[in-house]
Amino acid sequence: MSEIRLEHITKQFDDFTALSDVSMNIKDGEFFVLLGPTGAGKTTTLRIIAGLEKQQQGNVYFGGELMNTVPPADRDTAFVFQQYSLYPNMTVYENMAFPLKSPLRSFSKEEIDRRIKSAAEKLKVTHLLERKTARLSGGEMQRVSIGRAIVREPKVFLMDEPLSNLDAKLRESLRVEIKHLQKTQGITTLFVTHDQIEALTMADRLAVLDHGKIVQLGTPEDIYDRPATTFVAQLVGTPRINLFSAIRDNGKLKTKTGNVAFDVPKSLPGDVTVGVRPEDIQLQQGGAFKAKVRLTEPLGVETIVHLQNGDSTLLSIIPGTEQVGVGEEVSFDIAPNRLHFFDGSGSRIQV
Amino acid sequence: MATIHLQQVDKLFGTSYAVKPMDLTIKNGEFVVLLGPSGCGKTTTLRMISGLESVTNGMITFDGKDVTWLHPSERDISFVFQFFALYSHMSCYENISFPLQAKNEPKDEIKRKVSQVAQMLRIESLLDKRPGSLSGGDQQRVALARALVRKPAAFLMDEPLGALDAEFRDSMRAEIKRLHIEQGATTVYVTHDQIEAMAMADKVVVMSAAEVQQVGTPLEVYYDPSNLFVAKFIGSPGMNLLKGHYENGTVGLPGDNLLTVSEKAKTLLGKAVGTGEVVVGFRPESVVLKEDGQLHGSVYSSDLHGGYTMLHLSLGSDIVHARGERRMKYAMNTMLRFDLKSEQVRFFDPKTEKSIK
Repeated sequence: MSEIRLEHITKQFDDFTALSDVSMNIKDGEFFVLLGPTGAGKTTTLRIIAGLEKQQQGNVYFGGELMNTVPPADRDTAFVFQQYSLYPNMTVYENMAFPLKSPLRSFSKEEIDRRIKSAAEKLKVTHLLERKTARLSGGEMQRVSIGRAIVREPKVFLMDEPLSNLDAKLRESLRVEIKHLQKTQGITTLFVTHDQIEALTMADRLAVLDHGKIVQLGTPEDIYDRPATTFVAQLVGTPRINLFSAIRDNGKLKTKTGNVAFDVPKSLPGDVTVGVRPEDIQLQQGGAFKAKVRLTEPLGVETIVHLQNGDSTLLSIIPGTEQVGVGEEVSFDIAPNRLHFFDGSGSRIQV
Repeated sequence: MATIHLQQVDKLFGTSYAVKPMDLTIKNGEFVVLLGPSGCGKTTTLRMISGLESVTNGMITFDGKDVTWLHPSERDISFVFQFFALYSHMSCYENISFPLQAKNEPKDEIKRKVSQVAQMLRIESLLDKRPGSLSGGDQQRVALARALVRKPAAFLMDEPLGALDAEFRDSMRAEIKRLHIEQGATTVYVTHDQIEAMAMADKVVVMSAAEVQQVGTPLEVYYDPSNLFVAKFIGSPGMNLLKGHYENGTVGLPGDNLLTVSEKAKTLLGKAVGTGEVVVGFRPESVVLKEDGQLHGSVYSSDLHGGYTMLHLSLGSDIVHARGERRMKYAMNTMLRFDLKSEQVRFFDPKTEKSIK
């Protein structure tokens, strides 16, 4: 069992609190992502799990077993970093064989060969096995780094921004491949990223971290559809969620700056921040609200439309096959069940 | 403002081309983006337009006037770089007014122009500050203001958003485009980011390996890529491209699939290919899942992107990306059937890599 449990972890570096009372449960075989901006505590969490950092308070369990005093080498985790850290003068094969030749393990030559060939095939690097790693592209190097982690067949994979140094196209394809591989192998995986698309698309569940605290933990659907705070709401989704202030007036919720009004539940406080995702604003003839098109950004599959509504700008998305012109007067509707409400402190209001 | 024309312009470094001979017209008031991966020649092209780099052959004109051998300062252009290149010992006001002071404009006039551009870029409150104390986004606004404060013949921008955080990048992208709509200044903009290029450009010039691959509107390069490079490079992910064998109205595709092509495509392929190899191209949103669909593939992976789900289907050893409803959920290895929106299917010649039209 490689279930991982963190209980009330606190980690301080001098007077900087990197993690403050962090608890989470990562299930056996789960693909778990830690998402957050720089300095949120993601990498520190990963390093504490690996045993590379020691927490001041709290406990780390692997499958029920307390790991606090177990040295990194005995935790059976494999780390993949943003920087490839391969030996440039060795071939791909030698690099992948390296962790298996450690004196702590005693694998036969045949077993080593079997594991490398099987990993190479999964990562599509079989044709590169005899090549020196200095002669590989960035994408190939990162595949080999992952291969070197896989051959050990560890209990847990720890990946720290492994795709961040790659260009957009490679990131896209490796994202799909790493996820497929994880699902096929079923090895518990912790993946750190600041990229919300990586987090949403790869995770079974994810924890959003900010300033050393977990802000929200859930499935990608939970995070996207029911963000716990305005911070989370803005962190996931491109283009970003529209947020605007609104006040209750005669049973209706009205925007302070624009001319948008909604019927809303009575339980809602008088002063709220409303969130609506761009895809939930639908341009259509005879829509309830009016706006002027300020800008359009065609991306191919879809076009981002900037709507001038009073003093505020709302972003909407329309299919790429449809067109509107800058300066055009349009009307739109907002699906009431897709509205998000937040209070003065930015916390979600359940309605 | 000016119309810029490049006529058979090229650049050789030693014996190898940094830019192969190219023709390009940038109309007065147009926003043209030079797009391509690093080393494709886009920045060299921009530098030749600016005069920072000399041409090896060819002619560059601004409004019909030959500027090929003019010094950059004689071309009346404003440059914005990826790195802000602001003077750290000067206030933002001094930085922005610098190009005007260099031209000895009257003080009142300078003040009027700076405050106008500062208002447009919403940096009025920053004018007394030093650039070092500002965020990356604000520094780039100041750099933009300095470029905009003059009314040059053209703006040349080299990856101006490249060094910004994703969050700033998206909003600055919209601001620059909005400024362009208001000012209508001829702009040449270099980027390697296809989303940025699509979002901003009136016209995209896709470059690769020192050569122009296609010139077109964002929708043209997206829906009608001229070759396999453009098809792959534009879109995230790029176009699905499957190798197949065409014969009499059908294409044999990986994973034991057979695609019947439209009547129009049949005529086209009959003439261009007869019987033989083709590459079939289609966008992820051109895939329509259907129980009695003609094609089939098994689910390799599936992921939620927020507003939609992207399915990745195995067809033999190829992967097809299919975009669908956000609620769509399938277990790995589920066999799915689908059709393609026939009017959105494109064909390419595998040897020349060019689109078949």
